[in-house]
Amino acid sequence: MMIFVNAFVVGGIICLIGQLLLDVGKLTPAHTLSTLVVAGAVLDGLDLYEPLIDFAGAGASVPITSFGNALVHGAVTEAQQSGLIGILTGIFQVTSAGVSAAIIFSFLAALIFRPKG
Amino acid sequence: MDKESKLTPSQQGYKKLAGKHEIKRPVLKNCVKAFIIGGLVCTFGQMIQNGYVAYFDFTEKTAGDPTVATLVFIASLLTGLGIYDRFGQFAGAGSAVPVTGFANAMASAAIEHRTEGYVLGVGGNMFKLAGSVIVYGVFAAFVIVLVKYLFFGL
Repeated sequence: MMIFVNAFVVGGIICLIGQLLLDVGKLTPAHTLSTLVVAGAVLDGLDLYEPLIDFAGAGASVPITSFGNALVHGAVTEAQQSGLIGILTGIFQVTSAGVSAAIIFSFLAALIFRPKG
Repeated sequence: MDKESKLTPSQQGYKKLAGKHEIKRPVLKNCVKAFIIGGLVCTFGQMIQNGYVAYFDFTEKTAGDPTVATLVFIASLLTGLGIYDRFGQFAGAGSAVPVTGFANAMASAAIEHRTEGYVLGVGGNMFKLAGSVIVYGVFAAFVIVLVKYLFFGL
């Protein structure tokens, strides 16, 4: 049960940081999301993001910061096995599910739906 | 010479006047909304994840992928129905920061540009907003892992 509370609080805080970047930092949404992704990548580079996922579950794995984390993670895992080239082959290893799903479902949505208002 | 002093006196006067009438962003209210909605989206994600662990053959570690895919599917569907954008106007970063916002950015760009054709419109514009996230994420990850690899040993 505790995991739901942790997920809510941590996920909420990450979104709150995003809102502060938008409102106080006066960044555009694209700048905000790019900043958060890079922040997630840096945190995983410092080995800090995995502990956060262990603590907060989906609260850390659902926000876009986890995309940066997953990019680094896949690249590190592959590089450990196959050396330098592993950075290139591994970078999309973990994020593949999210990116592929987004491409496929977005395309299907464009086939089915018409633009609204 | 900075930007400010390049303006003529009347332009400076106008800027002051416009500044006075600019609508102040309700930062606190926006932050509370972002916290609650973002937290709820993540809690919902946690419920899906627990479901995959309980009813399918996934472990805590491997349940992340189907969870993200499910959220992406739901967000694309809600975007197509025109619901997600209304939700987004209310929730701000609470709907943009979770992976559902990423899916929404892609699906809405794809739907919006379908009138320009499936190749140039849908194919060419799908990553219009989401592309910057991928580009900066990938490049940052590349640099970080390269530095780790060369200087710290993985």
